[in-house]
Amino acid sequence: MSVFLFKRFLTFVATLLGASIVVFLALEILPGDPAQVMSGTDAPPEVVENLRRKLGLDRPPLERYFAWVGGLLQGDLGISYAYSTPVGELIAERMKVTLPLALIAMALTTVAALALGLFAAQRHGRLGDVGIMGVSQLGIAIPNFWFGILLILLFAVKLQWVAAGGFPGWEEGVWPAIRALLLPAIALATVQAAILARITRSAVLEVLREDFVRTARAKGLSRRRALWTHVLRNALIPVITIMGLQFSNLLAGTIVVENVFYLPGLGRLIFQAISNRDLIVVKDAVLLLAAMVVAVNFVVDLLYAVIDPRLKAHDV
Amino acid sequence: MTAAGVTIGRALRHRSFAIGTALTLLLVLVAALSLAWTPHSPYELDVPNRLRAPQAANWLGTDAFGRDVLSLLMVGAQASIIVGVVAVGIGMAFGVALGALASARRGWAEEMVMRFSDFAFAFPAILSAIMLTAILGPGMVNAIIAIGIFNIPVFARVTRASANAIWAREFVLAARASGKGALHITLEHVLPNITSVIVVQGTIQFATAILAEAALSYLGLGTQPPQPSWGRMLAEAQTMMFTRPELAIFPGVAIALAVLGLNLLGDGMRDLLDPRLRRSR
Repeated sequence: MSVFLFKRFLTFVATLLGASIVVFLALEILPGDPAQVMSGTDAPPEVVENLRRKLGLDRPPLERYFAWVGGLLQGDLGISYAYSTPVGELIAERMKVTLPLALIAMALTTVAALALGLFAAQRHGRLGDVGIMGVSQLGIAIPNFWFGILLILLFAVKLQWVAAGGFPGWEEGVWPAIRALLLPAIALATVQAAILARITRSAVLEVLREDFVRTARAKGLSRRRALWTHVLRNALIPVITIMGLQFSNLLAGTIVVENVFYLPGLGRLIFQAISNRDLIVVKDAVLLLAAMVVAVNFVVDLLYAVIDPRLKAHDV
Repeated sequence: MTAAGVTIGRALRHRSFAIGTALTLLLVLVAALSLAWTPHSPYELDVPNRLRAPQAANWLGTDAFGRDVLSLLMVGAQASIIVGVVAVGIGMAFGVALGALASARRGWAEEMVMRFSDFAFAFPAILSAIMLTAILGPGMVNAIIAIGIFNIPVFARVTRASANAIWAREFVLAARASGKGALHITLEHVLPNITSVIVVQGTIQFATAILAEAALSYLGLGTQPPQPSWGRMLAEAQTMMFTRPELAIFPGVAIALAVLGLNLLGDGMRDLLDPRLRRSR
């Protein structure tokens, strides 16, 4: 087990390092002169020079990279150029919206997809199965931001049950905050649930055909018991792989959906930072999102080992 | 009936394939037609006639600038197709080459390609597009590059997996025994045998690229005005939601139909080309 863990952990750290190098190269080396980008093309030279010194851009790239990563490791993310506040505080504030949003969406995705996928697999070839597969095919084709707009049209414009967007903040109480996140979470979850339901269905169908399931049924186990005790655990491996990928899609999706619902989350922060040419915020926030994706995939790798002990045995 | 006739007949009886082909053809035809003709000019602003309801002169009404919505939708198909074709082309060109290399060389080359594709998954298309936009400014070309980069590891993985299976076959062994080199075998035996898998993946990635282009254009990071695009039409429609809600419906339907068509086409082709998979469906 420890060898397996150690190898996965090394890959995880290496990927994070790689990601930080890519982000640094893309946002600090490629633009040529970030100070020029940030102060705009028509800024007077002394303003640019001033900013360059303030940002430490006169130092060699390698030194800047290590200063940046060193700062990140100590929780110092630098000072935002546009907001003049520490980037760490800005991001922490925005994460209070993005993280709950992604988690609610993932929870909705998982519950809906497993229920629909299992149901469809049990009714293989019958009306329920065909119906669910047809609807899920449609669900995959719908852009999440458009579904968000449709939800606003129905629930805010037509029925006027909720506001068309915005976020009251957690200070106003948990329920109003969750209410504001519910429609965006549904918009995010629908597409992902459609994909995951199809994966769940085919994984369950695949396992149902295995000899050990037939043996279990021959021993007198009911269909339902065989499903819960034998099929589900074996069908989970592909399902969890896709769930890992989906969480990264959800995180990326929050960037778009937060803009649909005017939610002050990380995605909107990145987006505003681009308009403000605040490269410091873009750099930190993009790396944070990438790191979250890498971390989720690391957790998925660990989950494999929990679900399928054979994987551990292979590695040792 | 000839063999080709039988194949076509079987294909058209396959429901996903038939619907997918029809929708995809419709997308291509609309885009082609819009190059030559649209009911009105999609660039012509006609402010006195803004936000008109659907009527004989404007089948789907006009938008906030008085532009004909149907014409905008037709020309918008161009942006989706251009971004899809070029981004998938980039992904396919680099991805297939990398995947074939990994499979032919194995060892460290394979390890490198696989680690690279693991790594690239840390940057979803939207994230790389945002980085590119932060540096180069928004635009269709940057959107294409970002979506293209995202597609490379997808094709690399699919190619490697299918190529590995071909390398294990007897006819490849025979080719190696007769002294053919790795490049020769890859071009002559491996690639022709995995074309169908790559084409199927290409169709599905095309659908994904259309979705990504729409999202980027919605955020203002993709196709720029005055070039019409479905994503930006939705962004503009959202500000009119309380007065003309149907403006937010049409572009979304267009995106969904295009994506649905390509996905069904991909699924259908996979079924028809690989009969073994059909039983599991």
